[in-house]
Amino acid sequence: MPQLDFGNPLMIAQIIWLLIIFGFLYFVLSAHALPRVESVLEERRTRITADLEAARAAKTEADAAMTAHREATARARAEAQAAIANALQQAQSEAQARTDELNARLAKQIEDAEARIAAARDAAMGALRQVAAETADSLVVKLTGRSDRAAVERAVDKVLGARGADEAVRARTVAAASAARLV
Amino acid sequence: MAAEGQTIDALSQFELTPVLGKVGASVGFTQSAAHMLLAAVLITALVMYGMSKRAVVPGRLQALTESAYEFVQNLVVGQVGEEGKRFFPFVFTLFMFVLFGNMLGMLPYAFTYTSHIAVTFTLAAIVFVLITVVALVLHGKKFFGYFFPEGAPIWLAPIIIPVEIVSYLSRPISLSIRLFANMVAGHVMLKVFATFVVLLGGLGAIGPFVAALPLAVNIALVGFELLVAFLQAYVFAILTSIYLHDAVHLH
Repeated sequence: MPQLDFGNPLMIAQIIWLLIIFGFLYFVLSAHALPRVESVLEERRTRITADLEAARAAKTEADAAMTAHREATARARAEAQAAIANALQQAQSEAQARTDELNARLAKQIEDAEARIAAARDAAMGALRQVAAETADSLVVKLTGRSDRAAVERAVDKVLGARGADEAVRARTVAAASAARLV
Repeated sequence: MAAEGQTIDALSQFELTPVLGKVGASVGFTQSAAHMLLAAVLITALVMYGMSKRAVVPGRLQALTESAYEFVQNLVVGQVGEEGKRFFPFVFTLFMFVLFGNMLGMLPYAFTYTSHIAVTFTLAAIVFVLITVVALVLHGKKFFGYFFPEGAPIWLAPIIIPVEIVSYLSRPISLSIRLFANMVAGHVMLKVFATFVVLLGGLGAIGPFVAALPLAVNIALVGFELLVAFLQAYVFAILTSIYLHDAVHLH
């Protein structure tokens, strides 16, 4: 086996060359080549870390923007709803006010009309009494030839009190009845 | 071994012959040294040229360099710990030198310097000296406590201490012989089967058919030897790392 031929001077030379070449390789690698690899790897690590951080920052920013946007949307919606509710309420109250005003005017008109009617009726009643009294008086005069105005009026009042007030159409009847009583 | 005038000469491939004419002969520069130099140049070129672009996204060669770098770094840091980083250049050099020696030896006509016990033992001796010096520098006298584990009964000392010393001293031997034996065995087998191909191929008409068998074996062996070449470099590096761990941490 040539490997065990330690008497061979080439064997010693091989070991010396091994030490020289291995030492040289170790020197080149440790001093120049490997730091270079390390620097590239380090650079990449730094870059990746920086990129990751930038990405994280961008994500945070985007999240914040998203939140702001969502808040703004919610606020806008709330505002719009409030405005709608406001307008609705205003319209309702306006309508209510108009209705109330109208009602009041109508009520007043009704009241006025009723007052007018009452006045007219009172006037009519007054007139009725007078007409009845005069008619009764003239009837009494024609029938009896004497006039007793006070008695006629008492009789008219009595008949009117018994028959009700608002029956102007029956003034004649009243007058006749009053006259009949007197006669 | 003579066979029909031809011989199965599996060992002459390991013979040292000077190269570079008279100059080479005068300084004992053999083909072995030439292959070491070639390996050293290739390793340097791989690392320097591979990293020359300093690309953030590595190309093929840079990726190869980086994976070799990180492979050895993980190995060293995994075994020794963070303190092991200063030994990384040494283990890297050792791993690459052995790996390239093994791999170059797989090329036709190439010489495998790791098949020489003188080479592997010198490398193992460097490792041995390194771990001993590191242990002595880091731990001083306490290093000798390594040979007698704490807590062992004192009366066992006469047995334990010699055993520990022998196991410590046998480290460079086992380290060197493992690599040497693997390389020699592989190359002898390749040579033997290759010779079979030639010998059987000369057996007249059926020769080529019979010769196909050892050829097939050889093809399988080449693949196997490539695996062994990597594996032995890895084993050399990881054992060095384990020894360095012992030197740094003393158990």
